Amino acid sequence: MAAPEVHHLFHNPIADHSFSADHSTLAVARDSSVELYSKAGNAFKLADVLKGHDKTVTSVDIAPNSGRIVSCSQDRNALVWEPSPTGYKPTLVLLRISRAATFVRWSPSETKFAVGSGDRVIAVCYFEEENDWWVSKHLKKPIRSTITSVAWHPNSVLLAAGSTDAHARVLSAFVKGVDERPEPCVWGERLPFNTICGEYLNNSAGWVHSVAFSPSGNALAFAAHDSSVTVVYPSGPEQPPKAVLSIPTQLLPFKSLLWKAEDEIIAAGYDCEAFRFQGGEGGWQLVGTMESKGHAGAGEQREESALNMFRQMDLKGKVKDNTQLKTVHQNTISNIRPYEVSGGKVTKFSSSGVDGRVVIWNA
Amino acid sequence: MEVRTPSSRCPTLPPKEARSCDIEPRVSRPRNEVPDRGSNHHLDKPPQQQQLEQQSCLLLLLVLAIHLPNMPPLREATAQRSAFSQSLRPYLQCVRSSLIAALTLSNFASQTTERHNVPEIEAQTSPEVLLTPLTIARNENERVLIEPSINSVRISIKIKQADEIENLLVHKFTRFLEMRAESFFILRRKPIPGYDISFLITNFHTEEMLKHKLVDFIIEFQEEVDKEISEMKLFLNARARFVAESFLTPFD
Repeated sequence: MAAPEVHHLFHNPIADHSFSADHSTLAVARDSSVELYSKAGNAFKLADVLKGHDKTVTSVDIAPNSGRIVSCSQDRNALVWEPSPTGYKPTLVLLRISRAATFVRWSPSETKFAVGSGDRVIAVCYFEEENDWWVSKHLKKPIRSTITSVAWHPNSVLLAAGSTDAHARVLSAFVKGVDERPEPCVWGERLPFNTICGEYLNNSAGWVHSVAFSPSGNALAFAAHDSSVTVVYPSGPEQPPKAVLSIPTQLLPFKSLLWKAEDEIIAAGYDCEAFRFQGGEGGWQLVGTMESKGHAGAGEQREESALNMFRQMDLKGKVKDNTQLKTVHQNTISNIRPYEVSGGKVTKFSSSGVDGRVVIWNA
Repeated sequence: MEVRTPSSRCPTLPPKEARSCDIEPRVSRPRNEVPDRGSNHHLDKPPQQQQLEQQSCLLLLLVLAIHLPNMPPLREATAQRSAFSQSLRPYLQCVRSSLIAALTLSNFASQTTERHNVPEIEAQTSPEVLLTPLTIARNENERVLIEPSINSVRISIKIKQADEIENLLVHKFTRFLEMRAESFFILRRKPIPGYDISFLITNFHTEEMLKHKLVDFIIEFQEEVDKEISEMKLFLNARARFVAESFLTPFD
């Protein structure tokens, strides 16, 4: 397997990252601004800094076709950045929330986006032509705590949300006038706004860190704080699901997950590395880690010179200097996203972490 | 009574320009302030002198090896290993694995107060983001309380106290540290009732410092503090004896 492509951008945590469709631009949420990096040769160079938020930016997403960037922050606001010849132009979104915005994603149709918040609501935002303004509708009813992540169904109507009340939910975010009437699917037939299509809890009721629909949209996976990944296969509208498969692990919890294909999930989190799960409706299992750690260990096993040993003792009061982790990321991985998709399968994915690195992996 | 400066390590921040998440919580001891005798400072010297320096370096190593047991930093390094007594090991191992699991923190803004981001374990405003507190006890006098939440962990330590002198020493020692809590970053200014010293680790600490080094620090602190207290007690006893002797000599 080819070595991963590592970009060490800075020494601050990266809350979220997003690549443009042609992979030439990388948007990164750093402190209270969004930084845009453009590809120069093999490296990423800082091209632009989007300043508009005054608290930590929690999430950023680039729409693949229109190139619009949406960002949200703990200052309760979301901004849509329109590309223009003179740079990016921000538009404030009428979110109507009074707590931090925690997570934002464009719908696959790019006409809407969903903003999760600490106000126990999900704001589904769409553009209103007559007012020339991004307005929002609130998904409110069953949510009882902060939304940690949202994910869109391929049909752009259904929305999955994970929250700290330990539930993963599938809700309808159908907006009249913006969306086409969706085809009936396993999650439901008639889907007016705020229909609850499913509400799932895992065994030990840990906070849900990440949710994701399978490529077909017929299964849902979520990662929770009890270090498990749960996969849900619905059987049909208004019926109990066919299978709810929970995969407990001995690892630290996962912060983010993605579906490589219908039968494979990749998850990463506090262990600073990505793990692979394989299975289907019959059952899922943890296959193993995504990185081979031979190369990092080789340098460490090297015989230490006596001089070096005594110098270490003098300077630091100890012999071994074990500050480096053996993984590529040196701190928690906060987010993983598909980078390259071919034939319905994710062939490459990117990860960003608290250590300020963005890494592109071969899936 | 004399309170000595603590020799326990504290995670301090490197200078601003070198600050990064790759830097371990550094040991702050006076002898660390010895400037780094740079490895390349003799590169500009003639080769003969270099050879001479290498020889003298080897000689120095020999001398060091002979005097090894008497050198203070080295003695400490070896003593550390032997102080790790058999029954202490599973206790500290348990604390270590619990800490590793508890230090899975994320940036989490308050759900009750607008535009605030506070340690949830201190605010205690939303019960769903707090986890069940965990007590690890070696015996009735030594225990650790770990209170995890979504963005912060509070770790409280009850230090072993066998008698009243130790009681007093522990009180003075922890007070000394707590008065300087700003420079310790993770130290809480006031311990939780029933415990001697408390640490508060938030997601900002785990972002700035290495997580496994923070865990190492807490464990090392626990290892060292017992040793420190018993050393102080011995010192105090010796001093008391000396004072008593010199006080009573005129009456001889």
